[in-house]
Amino acid sequence: MQNMEEQLTKLKSHIEALEKKAPENKLSMIVFSGDMDKVLASFVIATGAVAMGMDVVMFFTFWGTPVLRDKNKSVGGKDLMGKMFGAMLPKGTCEVKLSKMNMGGMGTVMMKSLMKKKNVASLEQMLELAEELGVRIFICEMSMDLMGFKREEMIKYPDLTYCGVAKFLEEAQNSKVQLFI
Amino acid sequence: MSEAIKVDKVMDLKGLPCPMPVVKVSKGIKEVEVGQVIEAISSDPGSLTDFPAWARTTGNEILKTEQDGEFIKFYIKRNA
Repeated sequence: MQNMEEQLTKLKSHIEALEKKAPENKLSMIVFSGDMDKVLASFVIATGAVAMGMDVVMFFTFWGTPVLRDKNKSVGGKDLMGKMFGAMLPKGTCEVKLSKMNMGGMGTVMMKSLMKKKNVASLEQMLELAEELGVRIFICEMSMDLMGFKREEMIKYPDLTYCGVAKFLEEAQNSKVQLFI
Repeated sequence: MSEAIKVDKVMDLKGLPCPMPVVKVSKGIKEVEVGQVIEAISSDPGSLTDFPAWARTTGNEILKTEQDGEFIKFYIKRNA
């Protein structure tokens, strides 16, 4: 009998430990790409996940970071390389290009007009929707620093957080779904 | 034996592609009480698989699905 009780308490603490480790109903996504198609896919998945009742975190890193620049903001005090990256990379969602069939920009223009015709939300609209739905956005500090981006030139977004790899891993560890796009 | 379903809210989602039908329905369902029913009309063929998946994950219930030409009508009961 005593043996049974002992086993029961052991089981109870075991279950408690398991419950603590159970992943939350959350999606953690790395947006590595600055291609229009991939960023669009990221936002479709992110907003869809909120609709499914999930908590969503998007981590923008490397080529993903220029997508979050504000087209109306410009900052001074950059070195030559910073200026080069700044000029050559897209400034915000309206400047991103297709990963395939860009054809010197023509493909992207055609895709945008097709999207409008078929009522597919544009990246600008998706970003607004994400904000409205409470999708959290994190930006990789190291990528920004590497390309010479400053915090002052990023878009206005609620709780835009600048972070490193540990923050992503913490979120990913307790997420049911993790994606790299 | 077709019983009329009492609808509390109608959502017109015609012409909206993915992910909008699911996003809008997830918002719309919060505007009715638990136990009430919304009627959502979608023209996105993807909705046929998307709505049941959404309902299963969120704990809501699709009472009936009707296809009328290019439009799909869903009767969704708020359970959660």
